[in-house]
Amino acid sequence: MSQKYRLDNIGYINRDKKISFTFNGKKYFGYEGDTLASALLANGIHLVGRSFKYHRPRGFFGAGVDEPNAKVQLYKGAKTEPNANATEVELVEDLIVKSQNCWPSVSFDFGAINNLFQKFFPAGFYYKTFMWPKSFWYKVYEPIIRKAAGLGVAPLKPDPDRYEHKYEYCDVLIAGSGPSGLASALAAAKNGARVILAEDKSRFGGSLLVDEVTIGNKKGKEWADEAISQLKSMPNVIVKNRSQVFGYYDHNMMVMFEKTRDHIENPNKFTPRQKLWYIRAKEIVISTGSLERPLIFGNNDRPGILLSSAAKEYLKVYGVLVGRKPIIFTNNDSAYDTAIEFKKNGINPLVVDTRTNSDSSVISEAKNLNIDIKFSHGIANTKGHLKVNSATIGKFNSDKSSYENLEEVSCDCICVSGNWTPTVHLSSQSGNKLKFNETIDAFIPSQSRQKESTIGSANGSFTLKQALEDGFNKGFELSNKITNKNSKSTAPTSNERSYGEHDKFWCMPLPKNKHYKRFVDFQNDVAVSDIELAVREGFRSIEHVKRYTTLGMATDQGKTSNLNGLQLVSNIEGKIVPEVGHTTFRPPYTAVTIGTIVGREVGKHYRPTRKSPMHEWHEKNNAVFVDAGLWLRPRYYKQDNESLEEAAKREANNVRKNVGVCDVTSLGKIDIKGPDTAEFLNRIYTNAWMKLPVGKARYGVMLREDGIVFDDGTTTRISENHFHMTTTTAQAVNVLAHLEYYLQVVWPELNVNVLSTTEQWAGAALAGPNSRELLSKLFPETNILNEALPFMGYKESDLFDVPARIFRISFSGELAYEINVESSYGTFMWEKIIEFGQEMNIEPYGTEALSTLRIEMGHVAGSELDGRTIPYDVSLEGMLSKKKDFIGKRSLTREAFLNPKREKVVGVIPLDKKTTIPEGSHLVKDGNASSPNPKLGHVSASCWSVEYNNPFSLAIIQDGKNRIGEKLYAVSPLNNKNIAVEIVSSHYVDPKGERVRS
Amino acid sequence: MLEIKCPYCGKRSQNEFSYGGDANIKRPLLGKEVSDKEWDDFVYYRENPRGNHSELWHHVSGCRQWFKVSRNTATHEIFKTAKLNEEL
Repeated sequence: MSQKYRLDNIGYINRDKKISFTFNGKKYFGYEGDTLASALLANGIHLVGRSFKYHRPRGFFGAGVDEPNAKVQLYKGAKTEPNANATEVELVEDLIVKSQNCWPSVSFDFGAINNLFQKFFPAGFYYKTFMWPKSFWYKVYEPIIRKAAGLGVAPLKPDPDRYEHKYEYCDVLIAGSGPSGLASALAAAKNGARVILAEDKSRFGGSLLVDEVTIGNKKGKEWADEAISQLKSMPNVIVKNRSQVFGYYDHNMMVMFEKTRDHIENPNKFTPRQKLWYIRAKEIVISTGSLERPLIFGNNDRPGILLSSAAKEYLKVYGVLVGRKPIIFTNNDSAYDTAIEFKKNGINPLVVDTRTNSDSSVISEAKNLNIDIKFSHGIANTKGHLKVNSATIGKFNSDKSSYENLEEVSCDCICVSGNWTPTVHLSSQSGNKLKFNETIDAFIPSQSRQKESTIGSANGSFTLKQALEDGFNKGFELSNKITNKNSKSTAPTSNERSYGEHDKFWCMPLPKNKHYKRFVDFQNDVAVSDIELAVREGFRSIEHVKRYTTLGMATDQGKTSNLNGLQLVSNIEGKIVPEVGHTTFRPPYTAVTIGTIVGREVGKHYRPTRKSPMHEWHEKNNAVFVDAGLWLRPRYYKQDNESLEEAAKREANNVRKNVGVCDVTSLGKIDIKGPDTAEFLNRIYTNAWMKLPVGKARYGVMLREDGIVFDDGTTTRISENHFHMTTTTAQAVNVLAHLEYYLQVVWPELNVNVLSTTEQWAGAALAGPNSRELLSKLFPETNILNEALPFMGYKESDLFDVPARIFRISFSGELAYEINVESSYGTFMWEKIIEFGQEMNIEPYGTEALSTLRIEMGHVAGSELDGRTIPYDVSLEGMLSKKKDFIGKRSLTREAFLNPKREKVVGVIPLDKKTTIPEGSHLVKDGNASSPNPKLGHVSASCWSVEYNNPFSLAIIQDGKNRIGEKLYAVSPLNNKNIAVEIVSSHYVDPKGERVRS
Repeated sequence: MLEIKCPYCGKRSQNEFSYGGDANIKRPLLGKEVSDKEWDDFVYYRENPRGNHSELWHHVSGCRQWFKVSRNTATHEIFKTAKLNEEL
């Protein structure tokens, strides 16, 4: 064995398979089953990174999710991942790892100069220092702070990996596969419940992997292995490792991520990297265990100082010694397990215990093994630049406020234990109000608010016996509520060491005249002095202390630091911990990769894309598309090197001169049937609908109840009780919901049915003076002359044997028709239109030309119907019936809506007749006035009028039409434009509307 | 994410529904004279209780039916759901 710190005969790694990896450019190897942390420790490497604020050398502190220090950068390029937890990264061949927050290297870091000046970086340093001069913030302070802040480097390229989402339902979800979790899974599964058991690590068993216990006649680990294989064989059970349940949401919705690929050496390219599970469970068992609490002493952050439970895990799971000359520093009995493990593997530990004595079985066992124990002692300080090499140990005086003597003891690691903190994050997220348990000096769940049960050490029950009993009982009780099978399993007998009481003492005093940094939160470099300062400066609420000092923030969310921080505030304030309270636990429990949350909703898969049946034809004919809600619509059909503006001009001009065809499939279409439909429309629309004859269409405007224009469109009476409504593309979905609301909630007595048919009909608008001639070629058997099919007329006919609907409606202001056929015939219809239109010089036109045509006609659309305008504002007052009530009518007589100064729609042309006015420009009296320059209105839509060959815009302006003839300025500071303009009528072209009727 | 029992389809996730506000609001009858205050109360004023609330939901990605829900706004507990013509 060539690894200095690896033992031969212990651990669960596969020694037959070596795995090589790179750390800071140097090649190392570990074994299959190692984590990155265990492999580095086996190679004797403790120093992995630099701390956030002072750039102090830092090493591994934990062995799992609680790790505050060992955040590393994985891989390179697009695949790179910052802030990966080295204690959770499984070793795979060719893993590339780099330390973070250090330059030029982790062992010589220039940023460590901050450590020398730490006096000048107290809590709230940023708030105090960068206040003056104010103008320095954006240009000097912020860029420098940004550069210094953060640990890893985010990838600059899109994530090449694939992530999946999955939905699952079960009776009982169990988070955590320690003894209590396994017990409840077995009990619930055997009682017929559908069970999901989730474990965040790669190995199941939790504390059973490391504790010297027996269950029944088996060792803890064997019992766990058997339980897992039994569970895996049951069809009603899903067992998942590498799966972290990180969020508890309403109505028992649990969110979990599963690492599915990073640990596999040659993954299939379709294997997702991670899966996000949304699990709706009838009952939740939280068996998330507990985390060890650190002790606080001088320079307690050096590499080589770590949790005693972590040291035990590295030894028992990975066969790795964290040192050969360990000091175990504890205030409780559980650390003696670690001391005994060292001793059994030939290492002589020194135990420093803050208590005066303890006489439980584990202490006797340690004494029998001749382990050296110093009671009533504490560690005052440590030494060692890049790794701890000695500890200053002292005997406490009677009230533990100081030391009677101090001695230097050399060591190569210090394993600390401040007793155990139940992992209550999920319980708290569920809404459970936590209570402080004075026996264990930690918060545990109290009253469940959702269907959640916390058991085992997560609930403060630290004995195996209790965990198993709780697990079996809970698993049965919860499952039986669901299955009623009454098939009860009982907990097996178990054997474990007994542990005595811990010392309620965590923060070691400083020797006289010494000012060692004693760290509480390693990840954020928060020391005792920072918390003292915060309290001294008047921060009382623990939530404020947290934000001022950054205690418990960042990726580890204070998993190891929260309770020690609370204890300190309590001590300084002379209060007890429950009075200080705790900060809020929020999801996610551990850091989650953004890619996992996003899943497959990336790029164009972010939302569905809706395409018209003629989409392929548009593509083949050089259409440039634009997003219209979810729809892709042709914006223009590009010819040669045309610009957008040139194409729009050409297409619009062709409509005015000849004939154009536009794909209007995306317009919302709603089929309305029932004897009360006319009455319903009469209430929904502002104009009259009772007398609309069969075979006629009518333009209608809908308001919201508050009087704001909601949508407009045409509705056609197909037969006595059958209508076809069109809506704008943008509001199609909302209009349907609006109609359903009034039919179901407000007027259930009306016998009317509504159904969206948007996707059932393909639509083509023919517009221009030649459109009637074209229509007559398409429907040679049908009389479509002006008398037979007048403006707002409707006919059904066959388009070369395909049933079609013909509407004589116009958006462009030209003579125009709209043809609808069933969607599957859309392309057939379109190609026929193009084919027969050739001799009339037909050209397809897109939304840009469509806008041009409607703007110069003064037709209001989305940019004027912007959710702020009422009918009077947009020249729709003619649409308001005086004879009947309708939705929103009562609001129109509200005082503000009657104000004659309201902003109303007008036309705008630049005086030079050349400069296009940017949409969004403000209209002002004086273009050169200094700000704030009073705004009279704004430009809502702009085009190049093909009729007059100059720019034309619509605007919404105070006093509206009274300003026609006024000279104003359109200013757009964003575009650096200041244009002299004249206000004109919004009806720029064909103000009498003669063309549509021609 | 809430789990809501549509009276027509059964239990579904919240993302299939849209919220429709207070179920007790009655629209003044069409054609009826209403004072400014009555109208403002109808259009704008809503109770915002901490606790039990009767509200409307719309099963937009499902059966497209509106229905009533009795929900605690603080805890999100849903006590009952009912069709519009049923009592909550």
